[in-house]
Amino acid sequence: MSIALDSPAATAEAPAQRYESGRWQRLARPALGIVVPVTLALAWELAVWAGWSNGRLVPPPSRVFATIVELARSGELTKHVTTTLFRVAAGFGFGVIAGTLLGAVSGYWGIARRLLDPTVQALRAIPSIAWVPLFILWLGIFETSKVALIAVGVFFPVYLGVMGAILSVDRKIVEVGRTFRLSGPAMIRRILLPAVLPAYVVALRVGLGLGWMFVVAAEFMGASEGLGYLLIDGQQLGKPAQILAAITIFALLGKTTDWLIERLTAPLLRWQDAFRPGGDS
Amino acid sequence: MLSLDKVGKTYPNGVHALESFNARIPQGEIVAIIGGSGCGKSTLLRAVAGLDRASTGTIRVDDIAITAPHEKIGIIFQEPRLLPWLNVADNIGFGLADLPAAARRDKVAQALARVGLSDKAKAWPRELSGGQAQRVAIARALVPQPEVLLLDEPFSALDAFTRRDLQDHLLDLWADTRPTLILVTHDVDEAVVLADRVLVMRPRPGRLFAEIDVGLARPRDRASSLFDAVKKRVLTALDRSLDRDLPDAAPAEAVGAWW
Ligand SMILES: Nc1ncnc2c1ncn2[C@@H]1O[C@H](COP(=O)(O)OP(=O)(O)O)[C@@H](O)[C@H]1O
Ligand SMILES: [Mg+2]
Repeated sequence: MSIALDSPAATAEAPAQRYESGRWQRLARPALGIVVPVTLALAWELAVWAGWSNGRLVPPPSRVFATIVELARSGELTKHVTTTLFRVAAGFGFGVIAGTLLGAVSGYWGIARRLLDPTVQALRAIPSIAWVPLFILWLGIFETSKVALIAVGVFFPVYLGVMGAILSVDRKIVEVGRTFRLSGPAMIRRILLPAVLPAYVVALRVGLGLGWMFVVAAEFMGASEGLGYLLIDGQQLGKPAQILAAITIFALLGKTTDWLIERLTAPLLRWQDAFRPGGDS
Repeated sequence: MLSLDKVGKTYPNGVHALESFNARIPQGEIVAIIGGSGCGKSTLLRAVAGLDRASTGTIRVDDIAITAPHEKIGIIFQEPRLLPWLNVADNIGFGLADLPAAARRDKVAQALARVGLSDKAKAWPRELSGGQAQRVAIARALVPQPEVLLLDEPFSALDAFTRRDLQDHLLDLWADTRPTLILVTHDVDEAVVLADRVLVMRPRPGRLFAEIDVGLARPRDRASSLFDAVKKRVLTALDRSLDRDLPDAAPAEAVGAWW
């Protein structure tokens, strides 16, 4: 992008300048985010290439990339990625359903909240990893216990998000619904749901983040497939490039799924009048 | 006819907000309610709107007792309270959900034109100025054609110019279908420019203190001496309502004594 700024067009007449600055906004600003990681990666690549380090424990990006390509070519990568994706999707699905239902019930009915919420909060205080031995005893060492652990991780932020969002719906807006004599279901559909939607999306994104965190924990507890297995396998066989490859793919998948939620819900939230740090892009 | 019969309200926390409020308001009349802060104006209006129940007494519109929101009664608050996830047109049509889509669209389009916001139909509430937002709120309340429209300090958050503009506009809209208007305000000018009758309340507990017939022809000239005279009457009654030592007078007397 600095080329565009140095080019004569940028210093020419005003319209061209505005065009350039528009493009700058659209393309370069998101690109700013990758400057630091790319620089660090290039620096490390250079260091290994120049022989300042042998890169055995911290392999350079090219070797990590080569590992990924190799995994992809042998079909291993697809197998591990689909396994992990399936676990996250299933755990996220169950966690979201349970969190949404219980959160909605607790938010909507005071009695349910007094009945349920103390228990849920108490359970939340337990570090979720602590459930692992119990889940393995109860559900076996295969998929069920893994999905259950992920679902537990996703459940809490979604539950809290939904309940909190319902409790903080503006009474003044609810009164508008009452003035127009909305029935209970209509009040939920036309007032409460749209009002809690922004907070719900945030809760989903937090839940998904935890889902990715917990899938690693789940796959540490004895898996023969999945990106978490690749991590453990790389550690046991002393293959740091494989570990970094798995971490890179985790990062890519996590970011992509989060971006998907954001993209899919953006059309529903265009009305929001929120503070957008760093301008309205 | 809207009739309030010994309407009283004591909140659960023990605040005695309103005591034995009586009024009979014929269809199409514009009544302004004025009084110091905390004298129960909003309490009264919310009871008439059916949002809160009165503790004692009855409220009737055409012999229907009001205990919950009713289709014949609309209300506008100090804040526009537009639904931020609906555009302007959908906000105005909010109360018309039972109508077929085509009929709803027609009514909304008419209302938009009537409040001069046709070009904002697709705008989000956050994109409106305070005055425009309050216009949308007025349109939303009027579109289902209520018989009684309650307004709780509807213009008090607006600047003086916008406020005047909306006062005139409200009268215009009122002339279309002539609903009963009950307008709570703390602006004496506003009361006298809009109302047929001004009710002055006094606090602790909130009750009716004085009643002043405006009796000026419309449109009213804010600069005329007759206008000033009525304003003085209202101001005097307002002053006296805040005087704790003065005993409650029968409403008519309180005015007559000064006049
Ligand atoms: N929801 C409520 N709970 C308890 N007290 C209230 C409530 N709303 C109003 N009050 C009290 O009732 C009195 C009248 O309030 P309000 O009707 O809002 O007065 P106004 O609108 O004339 O300023 C005040 O003393 C106020 O503190
Ligand atoms: Mg008030």
